[in-house]
Amino acid sequence: MTTAPAPPGTARPPAAPRGGRAGAATGLIPGLRSATYWPYLVPGLVLLTVIVLVPLVWNVYLTFTDYRGIRPPEWVGLENWVELAGDTTFWTSFRNSVAMVVAMVVVPTALGLVLAAMLFDLIGRKFGGRVASFLRATYYLPQILPSVVAAIVIGWILRPQDGALNTVLGAVGLGSLQANWLGDPATALPSIMVVLVWVQIGYPVVIFMAALQRVDPELYEAAELDGAGWFHRFRAITVAMIRPEIFVVVLTCAIAALKVFGPVYALTGGGPGTSTVVPAYYAYSEFFQSQQVGYGATIATALTVVIAALAVVFVTVQARLEKREETR
Amino acid sequence: MSAVVTAPEHTSSERRSQPAPRPRSRRRRRRTGADWATLAVAVLVGLLVAVPFLLILVNSFKSPAEYSSEGPLSLPSSLYVDGIVAFWERVDFPEKLWNSVLISGSVAVLAVLLSVLNAFALGIGRVKGRTGIVLLILLANMLPQEVLLYPLYFMFKEVGLYNTVWSVIIIFTVIQSAFGTYLLASVYGTFPKEVLEAAALDGASRWQILWRVVLPISRPTLSVLAIFFFIWTWNEFLIPLTFLVSNETQTVPVAITVLQGDRLMDVTTTSASALLGLLPTLVFFLLFQRTLTRGITAGAVK
Repeated sequence: MTTAPAPPGTARPPAAPRGGRAGAATGLIPGLRSATYWPYLVPGLVLLTVIVLVPLVWNVYLTFTDYRGIRPPEWVGLENWVELAGDTTFWTSFRNSVAMVVAMVVVPTALGLVLAAMLFDLIGRKFGGRVASFLRATYYLPQILPSVVAAIVIGWILRPQDGALNTVLGAVGLGSLQANWLGDPATALPSIMVVLVWVQIGYPVVIFMAALQRVDPELYEAAELDGAGWFHRFRAITVAMIRPEIFVVVLTCAIAALKVFGPVYALTGGGPGTSTVVPAYYAYSEFFQSQQVGYGATIATALTVVIAALAVVFVTVQARLEKREETR
Repeated sequence: MSAVVTAPEHTSSERRSQPAPRPRSRRRRRRTGADWATLAVAVLVGLLVAVPFLLILVNSFKSPAEYSSEGPLSLPSSLYVDGIVAFWERVDFPEKLWNSVLISGSVAVLAVLLSVLNAFALGIGRVKGRTGIVLLILLANMLPQEVLLYPLYFMFKEVGLYNTVWSVIIIFTVIQSAFGTYLLASVYGTFPKEVLEAAALDGASRWQILWRVVLPISRPTLSVLAIFFFIWTWNEFLIPLTFLVSNETQTVPVAITVLQGDRLMDVTTTSASALLGLLPTLVFFLLFQRTLTRGITAGAVK
């Protein structure tokens, strides 16, 4: 979602020809200069300043202090940042973030593409739109759950003694595969990843299917008549047509993956040990369990820097790709 | 993106073309074995997604004794509702439900209003430097909320709003409207100019044009936004967890999670709590699913 305003030409195509640069001073309503619209921005910008910008700056200030939440913050310079650089838990948390990106971006986007294409290209055409939209709604179900409730449900399925998963494994004679899914450092992270895939899968499917409505079904039929197989159509039509949406999904999900907190809080609390700790949870526990507010602020700020860098890289790459597309 | 083009058209012609134009070209086609196999795979995936929901449903109505003897997979032999009742009473569920409804409902309305005001200036007014402003506003959505946590905690404590639902309402109004502003600004950027010109010729002021022309025409997009804001706010966790510390102000997800640490909770009560936690959003989703699919192109950008 952050990407679209940046590349001009994709976001608001019909607007560009009307007036172009010269029209910058007037709005869409004739006879009104754009400067006269500023009052409408006042509430939004004031609230943004108070709720987001001031706290953001304040938080950056806190990273240079030793602060336990009781006595006033004490200036310590770069101490927190130096400590952060050598903090193995912090680096573990970022390594786990990579796992979250796999679980919330890579797998759902890939699966989502295939599922959306299947629903649109095959099931929608051969079995009717109703079947396709019913399945789409089913895939979307976990998305409407509060993520912590989703985590609790899954946590309960994964309980070691009487959880559903181990019960099923025992019943079908695979008792040797039973595990203490969330309590064992070896399986805790993969378990959380599976939960996140489950939660996340419906989002790309819904977005991609909406995007595919731009595509003329005749295109698929023509390709099919020409003898193009499913995979060929998938690559040449589906993926090619919805590339903007793929970008949006990948970026928004990547940001969400880096920020993930609720499921970790509800499922494992970062444990066992630090096997499932993520930056957001680590910052939270420094704030409220260790009372190390300055250090928690440093972790949160580092996370912000990573997210911002990712967004910038992403928007730049996307803009460059689009430019290349246009000149072709 | 796709919303940009479609949203304003959703007005008059829409009623006729309902349900949303779906690609159902030529139904009667040859269905090959491969088609059936694809359908089977898609249904199987659907089942995998749905299984946890079915498990919650089944186990919410079991007694703890039955759960331990029969396991999590059997159907309940009788309808046992004590788990649900126990959870309902222990957390004072109606109170939590009201808090969640109040917070999410207020945010949905206020954030849409704020988005409209912002987007009117940015999309229709085209104020200078609008791309920069949109990016600045989007910051609210991209930041990890941990960054805002402590400073906001201070500020709200200072003004006496800490541990009231209003703190959370204000924070999420700003955060959600960031996305709304982004979406609406591009929708309004392509607003049919003729309509605006006609209104201006009739002597309507900016304010009148906003309320009488822009708002009604973009209503489908606005209702989709409101639904998203409602569900997203309902599902929020970190800020409600840290700002709503007393029992009387908690939201449904917070109440459920806090109770997890409670040793007294048996497995069927956990299941019942999950059922009660997901029911409101499920009902809301089913109620508004039509609106959502109608405006799905608008939602496509999220």
